Amino acid sequence: MILPWLILIPFIGGLLCWQGERFGATLPRWVAMLTMLLELGLGLWLWTTGNYQLAPAPGADPVWALEYQASWIPAFGISLHLALDGLSLLMILLTGLLGVLSVLCSWKEIQNHVGFFHLNLMWILGGVVGVFLAMDLFLFFFFWEMMLVPMYFLIALWGHSSDDGKRTRIYAATKFFIFTQASGLIMLVAILALVFVNYDNTGVITFNYSDLLKAELAPGVEWLLMLGFFVAFAVKLPVVPVHSWLPDAHAQAPTAGSVDLAGILLKTAAYGLLRFAIPLFPDASAQFAPVAMTLAVIGIFYGALLSFAQTDIKRLVAYSSVSHMGFVLIGIYSGSQMALQGVVVQMLAHGLSAAGLFILCGQLYERLHTRDMRQMGGIWARMPYLPAVSLFFASASLGLPGTGNFVGEFLILMGSFKAVPVIVVIATFGLVLASVYSLIMIHRAHFGAAKSDKPLLALDSRELLMVLGLAALLVILGVYPQPVLDTTAASMHGVQQWLGTALSQLVSAR
Amino acid sequence: MDLTIQHFTAILPLLVLSATVIVVMLAIAWRRNHSQSYILSGIGLVLSLAALVPSMQVAPLAVTPLLLVDNFAGFYMGLILLATLGCLTLTHAYLGRFSGEGYPGNREEMYLLMLLAALGGMVLVCSQHLAGLFIGLEMLSVPVYGMVAYAFFNKRSLEAGIKYMVLSAAGSAFLLFGMALLYADAGSLSFAGIGAHVAATGLATPLAQLGIGMMLVGLAFKLSMVPFHLWTPDVYEGAPVPVAAFLASASKVAVFAVLLRLYLQSPAMAGGWLENLLALFAIGSILIGNLLALTQSNLKRLLGYSSIAHFGYITIALIAGKGLAQEAIALYLVTYVITSLGAFGVIALMSTPFKGRDCDALYEYRGLFWRRPYLTAVLTLMMLSLAGIPLTAGFIGKFFIIATGVQSQLWWLLGVMVIGSGIAVFYYLRVMVTLFLVEPNLRRYDAPMNWNVRAGGIMLLAIAVLAFFFGVYPQPLLQLVKLAVLAV
Repeated sequence: MILPWLILIPFIGGLLCWQGERFGATLPRWVAMLTMLLELGLGLWLWTTGNYQLAPAPGADPVWALEYQASWIPAFGISLHLALDGLSLLMILLTGLLGVLSVLCSWKEIQNHVGFFHLNLMWILGGVVGVFLAMDLFLFFFFWEMMLVPMYFLIALWGHSSDDGKRTRIYAATKFFIFTQASGLIMLVAILALVFVNYDNTGVITFNYSDLLKAELAPGVEWLLMLGFFVAFAVKLPVVPVHSWLPDAHAQAPTAGSVDLAGILLKTAAYGLLRFAIPLFPDASAQFAPVAMTLAVIGIFYGALLSFAQTDIKRLVAYSSVSHMGFVLIGIYSGSQMALQGVVVQMLAHGLSAAGLFILCGQLYERLHTRDMRQMGGIWARMPYLPAVSLFFASASLGLPGTGNFVGEFLILMGSFKAVPVIVVIATFGLVLASVYSLIMIHRAHFGAAKSDKPLLALDSRELLMVLGLAALLVILGVYPQPVLDTTAASMHGVQQWLGTALSQLVSAR
Repeated sequence: MDLTIQHFTAILPLLVLSATVIVVMLAIAWRRNHSQSYILSGIGLVLSLAALVPSMQVAPLAVTPLLLVDNFAGFYMGLILLATLGCLTLTHAYLGRFSGEGYPGNREEMYLLMLLAALGGMVLVCSQHLAGLFIGLEMLSVPVYGMVAYAFFNKRSLEAGIKYMVLSAAGSAFLLFGMALLYADAGSLSFAGIGAHVAATGLATPLAQLGIGMMLVGLAFKLSMVPFHLWTPDVYEGAPVPVAAFLASASKVAVFAVLLRLYLQSPAMAGGWLENLLALFAIGSILIGNLLALTQSNLKRLLGYSSIAHFGYITIALIAGKGLAQEAIALYLVTYVITSLGAFGVIALMSTPFKGRDCDALYEYRGLFWRRPYLTAVLTLMMLSLAGIPLTAGFIGKFFIIATGVQSQLWWLLGVMVIGSGIAVFYYLRVMVTLFLVEPNLRRYDAPMNWNVRAGGIMLLAIAVLAFFFGVYPQPLLQLVKLAVLAV
């Protein structure tokens, strides 16, 4: 019974926040905070008690650390099927943690309609947890689409329009919504086609993940369906030709929105690839792997170059996410256990580091009221702590050893090298560009001549606690990633078997 | 044929409603009282709904060659009655409860017209004969002319009424001509007879095909499908809000139901260029409806265009015609009725009581959330439902349409639907976000403070709960629509 509660807690908490506004603006913040702490606490409790050796793998019925199933729409073979394995658990932990942080970082930033803001925030997180737990394709799609609406509101109502007024927050929010919704519908068509193909073969109509894993698909059909799933995930990840919603949405969103977008929402796409696209369509995925990796390499360089060219500090961080997600995509399609383990670490590390950078951007914005780096400069001299912490997160983002990002990228590149040496060699140069854009951000914002001598308000303890906490976690992840690796070993082993078998068949067929 | 008590039981809902019409008319002649007419009409509708129960026990039963009362008819009659009941409650709030406020003319006849139109719709969904179809359709349309032009001192309302009358008459002319051609070919006017004739000859003759094509055009007029959609936005804008709600819900449901029956019972409809014609109608409706809705700043016009697009989606299921199609259509119509009643209901309450012009400009809704949170929540839910976002009934409807399309492998139409939905999201979101923006200082319109304790408001909240409930737990609805499936 604990799995449905993981989803329900944020939804109920959100409603309480909304109604709690009647009793002042502070109550919703505390309610939201407690909700997310409860979620995080439950996640941690599950981590210590669960057996994460259990995970789905090819050739047998999927086994889970924890499972819940209830009837929902029996006429269509749709059930409320939730299940948890190591991968889901870590993603939920990340969601809980970033949830707490997004409440904390909005403490002073959001002053209008606090209750409604937290309602939206909680519902996003609830939807994301649903995505990570759903093992029924209908349910998965349900949550996948559902979390868009509160995110839309978050950006459209509490976002910041760009300084020149060209890009309004509503424009950004709408673009985000349309991109994800349209691509989601393509996935819905693919889901339904998969269900009906399975129905034609077996005579049973079902949306259940474990049943659909056994669906036998003709190669052509498998390709098309895989593409349908891939498009939806590619938009959300984002992969380069369909990434253009991301910088707008990130830049215009309030800090909490950016933290959730970069930290969690992008991870739902990677999760979707690992959980659905590859296990359901291993052969087509194996054939598609070179294309996906090429797109990933393009993404790494394109993201890095555009990141370098930005003047808006949040857009810079946003484009850097495009670049980082390129590595994740390479790892996912490499079919090696080590690279897949690296993907998990990279996802967590990017979640933490991007969240840290966005929180820092938000803190800068609260003090300077601009995100334009041309208006900054010399901040190092004007305030303590913040520039130094920024430097730490920038170096984490460029993959400095000792941070989780290094472990992630290193494992991905090492693991993939055997399978796709050329791509890995090219991608490695992306790391050089990563240091260029990370350092140029520090250079432009914090060094150089100060625009004004007026000292800026120092970080208060709440702000300091958030960023230092994130920094500590990043270092722990970088120095001792073993617990994370152990937790997801079984899940990643399953994915590796699915894709690895298909890849080796592909090689032998040539 | 002999009419036994069974036959009368079967058409009991129709009889009850006819009696109600007469009672309401006599009551008006005896004493003009707004609430009295409203209550009488409401009671009549509820009784008619109740009469469906005995009627369904004797179904399926053919009553005269014109009408066939079966589960299919029962389901759609129920839907029409409920939709009319919804519109009726809105009308009562909208026209103003007390004399002196609200609508300045005679209010009572509106109920009369609405009941008549509902009766026409019910005849339409029962008809199994072209004559029955025509009687039903005219009985549905003619009162609506009067309803659209009910605020006759308002130029726009009058204009809309005349426009609707002229175009509707043109549609009827097409329909009649089509029927004549069909009769010339098949020698029968009953759906089954035409079907049998075509089945016997194996292939529909060009004459029959032309006839059916012209009938399709006539019905497409009523359903406002592209390229016969031009009247829709003007009529929706000009008509008083409850009437627009009636047009969008009860009227369209009835016409689509009869189209479905015709399509399923006459094999002449299936295959060949007629299917392509329908597909073209669907593609045109989805794309043009959605594209034109993009630039609207008037909420009623926007809903008008969106209804064009929605009937484009639903036509996809009609074209699929097999498998889940019937359930999908029934489901989609239910969700669409719920949603459009909800959306128009909010506009109606905002314009309550009648002030000469409806509150339909989008800017008048700016920041509504911060002063009427629950009313806004209703409208937001309806917009999400129209856009087909999970947690709302609209999502289930859309899901079923896509499922039907996938099952019948109509990939092109599905592609168009995906594109159309992508476009549609834009304008639904625009409405939604307007509700939440900072409110302007100047405002002319507002819902009454106590909107949620009056009949219209309670109905609206019930609709919102329903839209949410069916979005989360559609199982009861699925079981219901299973009953409505017509055996082919």
